Amino acid sequence: MGNTALTGKSWADRVFDFIVYLVVLIVIVVTIYPFLNVLAISLNDSVDSVRGGITIYPREFTWDNYLKIFTFSGLITGFKISALRTVAGTLLGLLSASMLAFTISRPDFQGRKFVSTFLAMTMYISGGLIPVYMLVKDLGMMNSFAVYIVPGLVSAFNVFVIRSFIDGLPYALQESAKLDGANDFTIYCRVILPLLKPALATISLFLAVGQWNAWFDTYLYNGSSPHLTTLQYELMKVLQTTTSGNGGDYRSNIASMASNQVSPESLKMAITIVVTVPILLVYPFIQKYFVKGMTLGAVKS
Amino acid sequence: MRNKKPASGGRFWRNFKNQKYLWMMSIPFVIWAFVFSYLPLWGWTMAFQKYKPARGFFEQEWVGFDHFKTLFSDSQFLLALRNTLAMSGMGLVAGFIFPITFAILLNEVRLGIFKRFAQTVSYLPHFVSWVVAAGIVTKMLSGENGLVNDILLGIGLIDTPIQFMAQGHLFWGIVTLSDVWKETGWNAIIYLAAIAGIGPELYEAARVDGASRLRQVWHITLPGIRPTIIVLLIMSIGNLLNIGFEKQFLLQNNLVTDYSQVLDLYSLKYGLGMARYSYGTAINIFNSVISVILLFTINGIFKRTTKESLL
Repeated sequence: MGNTALTGKSWADRVFDFIVYLVVLIVIVVTIYPFLNVLAISLNDSVDSVRGGITIYPREFTWDNYLKIFTFSGLITGFKISALRTVAGTLLGLLSASMLAFTISRPDFQGRKFVSTFLAMTMYISGGLIPVYMLVKDLGMMNSFAVYIVPGLVSAFNVFVIRSFIDGLPYALQESAKLDGANDFTIYCRVILPLLKPALATISLFLAVGQWNAWFDTYLYNGSSPHLTTLQYELMKVLQTTTSGNGGDYRSNIASMASNQVSPESLKMAITIVVTVPILLVYPFIQKYFVKGMTLGAVKS
Repeated sequence: MRNKKPASGGRFWRNFKNQKYLWMMSIPFVIWAFVFSYLPLWGWTMAFQKYKPARGFFEQEWVGFDHFKTLFSDSQFLLALRNTLAMSGMGLVAGFIFPITFAILLNEVRLGIFKRFAQTVSYLPHFVSWVVAAGIVTKMLSGENGLVNDILLGIGLIDTPIQFMAQGHLFWGIVTLSDVWKETGWNAIIYLAAIAGIGPELYEAARVDGASRLRQVWHITLPGIRPTIIVLLIMSIGNLLNIGFEKQFLLQNNLVTDYSQVLDLYSLKYGLGMARYSYGTAINIFNSVISVILLFTINGIFKRTTKESLL
């Protein structure tokens, strides 16, 4: 126990500081090294890569891997579908969550209790994989783009995060808008939405990450529609070719994987980078918002 | 304060008209929630039938709890249950220890730039899909030019590379550590926020009393974030069986199925894959029921022992 609080750092505190910085440094290296390694391999000549020993910079630099992967037909389609579902899913998700949050935040709304309870229940109940699969099938949404957007449209969690933001806004704003003759829809569009920007930024990040990274719905519902497969799904197929017969327990996926030739490491890493970079470009911009959003969400739930 | 008195029955329709926009903005989503969250519960009836897709509801053959009986006598199911519990248990422990430790350490970093950099880097893997993460993990653990093997060989700890991904008994650990790598930084955000809410005067007083930094962490920081820890703990225990199957699906291979098969994968394989919808639904029900029981039990225990509770 150092008793030298007034005279500077004690011996124990110095050791403590050293350990803190050392461990945090190790965490940084462990987190970031794999990404730099993947990047380096993707930029290295694919024949040379087989020799191994590439760390964080390419040994024989080349763009070839990237040029090659863009000749895979699945990749361009995948990119388009992924981008489309990310944009559409994020916008519709934002719209639905903010609308619902607005209505259940209104103290005078008669359906307030019903709507919020009905919604909150969805956080605790779920039919499970097979009943949902059967429902999607019965609704005729197999092999359609809609399956990426519709079943996951509303997230109760997001609604409640936005609602707690709205609760933080002065209600007088809405009342004065009402006196000026605005209807509830106008109030939502003109008064509430502009003030919600930080919350919407957070939620849009959650939604966009979820949409961009999703692959299982493609696997489950759209695996046999080449024009609807997403980028993550295409990457999944390519990566899973190394580990023999991996993962493909289901439907036509085994066949489609087996017919794929095992592609060189460098190509796989190039695809990995192409799949990863778009989402990594977004988060530094929204970082200042999501820390606040996460915290609020955690407290409220 | 903001609550106006509820409208009495006769005025309902007049109010309804006044609030037509609010209704219009919420009803479509209520219908949506009904269809996609409540309607699948109806599908649970399948578990008690010998479900045939071509038949209507009243033409199905009812079999009671037969599917559940088959379930509990299937050794593969019990294996999947064991694996689910093992991996979710390990994930639960690691998912608390690592983010809390990281948040506390990060909070002790006094150098602003370094702290911000560390935090930004630590989020990085969270934004990457499990497809990418599993690819990276497989690459790092690979027997040929994998980083982990290179290091172990380099420092002379082993003579021949270890085939990490081919060893069943290592699978649980690999899944857990992959999750730690991916989510520690992100999950630390909540704890960092909780730490930021602790009054600085507490640390001030401790310093005057001559408490070392380690003692301050132990006596101020940790008790300060206790409520956050407990709420998150209750939530994760309620989700113990719902660990999903993304990680397991993407990291598994034929050599390790005895350790990688989890309940959801089992229902995917034996339910959907073989079109045994009734059987698969029975697994889903088992999952849900256990989760609810766990949630209420744990919540009850915490309610009695501590003051924190979720429900």
